[in-house]
Amino acid sequence: MPGLKLIKRENESILPKILVPLLAIILAFLSGAIFLSISGFNPGETYIKMFTGAFGSTYALAETIVKAIPLMLAGLAVSLAFRMKLWNIGAEGQIYMGAFAASGLALSFGNLSPWFLLPLMMLAGFTAGGIWGLIPGALRAFWEVNETIITLMLNYIAIFWVDFLVFGPWKDPESLGFPLTPRFSPNAYLPALGDTRVHMGLLIAIAIAVLFFLLIKYTRWGYEIRVIGESRAAAHYAGMDVIKNILLVMAISGGIAGLAGMIEVSGITHRLQPGISPGYGYTAIIVAWLGRLDPFAIIVVAFLFGALLIGGFNLQSYAVPFSIVLILQGAVLFFLLAGEIFMKYRLSVVRKEDQ
Amino acid sequence: MDSAAIVALLTAAVVVGTPLLYAAMGELLTERSGILNLGVEGMMLVGAVLGFMITVNTGNYWYGILAAMFGGGMMAAIHAFISVTLRGNQVVSGLALTIFGTGVSGFMGKPYQGVNISMPFDIINIPVLSKIPVLGPVFFSHNILVYASILIALVLWYILYRTRWGLTIRSVGENPAAADAVGISVSRVRYLCTITGGILAGLAGAYLSLAYAPSWQENMTAGRGWIAVALVIFALWNPLRAILGSYLFGGVEALTFRLQATGVTISPFFLSMFPYILTVLVLVIVTIRLRQEAGAPTALATPYDREER
Repeated sequence: MPGLKLIKRENESILPKILVPLLAIILAFLSGAIFLSISGFNPGETYIKMFTGAFGSTYALAETIVKAIPLMLAGLAVSLAFRMKLWNIGAEGQIYMGAFAASGLALSFGNLSPWFLLPLMMLAGFTAGGIWGLIPGALRAFWEVNETIITLMLNYIAIFWVDFLVFGPWKDPESLGFPLTPRFSPNAYLPALGDTRVHMGLLIAIAIAVLFFLLIKYTRWGYEIRVIGESRAAAHYAGMDVIKNILLVMAISGGIAGLAGMIEVSGITHRLQPGISPGYGYTAIIVAWLGRLDPFAIIVVAFLFGALLIGGFNLQSYAVPFSIVLILQGAVLFFLLAGEIFMKYRLSVVRKEDQ
Repeated sequence: MDSAAIVALLTAAVVVGTPLLYAAMGELLTERSGILNLGVEGMMLVGAVLGFMITVNTGNYWYGILAAMFGGGMMAAIHAFISVTLRGNQVVSGLALTIFGTGVSGFMGKPYQGVNISMPFDIINIPVLSKIPVLGPVFFSHNILVYASILIALVLWYILYRTRWGLTIRSVGENPAAADAVGISVSRVRYLCTITGGILAGLAGAYLSLAYAPSWQENMTAGRGWIAVALVIFALWNPLRAILGSYLFGGVEALTFRLQATGVTISPFFLSMFPYILTVLVLVIVTIRLRQEAGAPTALATPYDREER
């Protein structure tokens, strides 16, 4: 009986590193096409509509960047934790907590000069998200509690918490019953770039990516993160403080996701409202993985995924369900996972006896 | 609360806990073979939507149940292929499965939102047993899917601890190299357990969309798949404890509904948070009390490469 067998490649070549992600995207779109045709949509036309929806005009392009900003930040946030093999899938909740804390400041101290208010809001967003990351981090560091499930459960708790605020104590009395807080004072607005909705958050995200790059490449701490990610035991023998690093990484990871939440309320919505993040925290996981945890690749991939979101929103006006975007996202991840193996191994058909 | 209300609550705990039990059972079997599948939520959603669609179109809910099992199994097969054959990262593959399943179910289920079907499953009162006070209504007056879930849990326990198959599965999860050395096909066992796990997750979804709701709503699982993953840890990978855990969590959710209905002054948002807070607390307590992940299959989430043994 013939079977399939993986044989380790002698050397990892460069070409597959570019080809595999590209191929993963193409194959994902092909799989999406199957779902589209089954439901009676023309895949070609649908994808063209998606493309023009995301890139077809200056407005479309600006909106794509607007969506890409939180994905960049959240993608960078989770990538840091992933480097240490800490499965922070709680960026979604950390975004909500960051948005909550920043909104609290904006609503209470609206008359403060933006020079004070904006940094304070950033600090608040970072801290709140950081605490939301530190809880599972501490549980993991001290008691080996599974951080995947804790971070996920904390997402639900954070979302309900924000819902509670905007439906209850923080609701704008003039909102005609809509669950919204009052609009922030303009002092709490993150400045826009030009006439578009694209805001300073873009520069912040790029700055953090540069910081990450330097950190990982040139600092001792970056080296420790890499070693701990490879093997905790080895890191321990090398005298590295694993517990301290888990705490620090989870706090920073959560903090940056929290910052994404602050940037979203301060740069885009200008108020706290339900659904501040339509799943950015989850998409960020794919972004980070597709970018192979590389900070600059994450920026590029986040941009593409921003386009995917905007393209998907655009499709709704043609009655195509937005869920097609999730299908594409999931499929990309599958093909990428499969493809990564082919970077390291090649598949060959073998007879049973040879195994 | 009077005694009638308590009986009603306990009965509801079983009704609400049943999808958790199916899903936890599937994940438990999967993990016992050494594969971690975090895609339970996605498999449940696909099961829920397929079960509902096929039931609406054929009018036969048994076809719906079969379709749900098929869908869950197919989803799990993707995970098995990536985890076993390609030795890919199981955490990421599981997350991909959840995202993919959410997308597929939302996409296919769109035309079925708001479609109503009559409750397909009748309550079957078990003769004699259902007449026992308290225990009767709580355990012996349910639809067939509830009974089936308990039966599956008992059978799973028996298989895992009292049969050769169980020994094989556990050895693959604990020490695949040793299992391989005595001639067990590690890949085959892991494929079988993962796909069976997916079939059970599909059933969990079908229970939600056919017996519990009965309707289809996007994301109707609302994190139950993840709670099931946590339940497996709570249960220390033992099916009997999983029954207990499922009904405990079911009871909390049922209590939440009841409190909302009686107009308690606690905000509904805090009540909705409660099952998730409970999951966190339970997971923390269980992990701390049993020192690290005691009871977890040793080879969990580690791909097996016979050349590296």
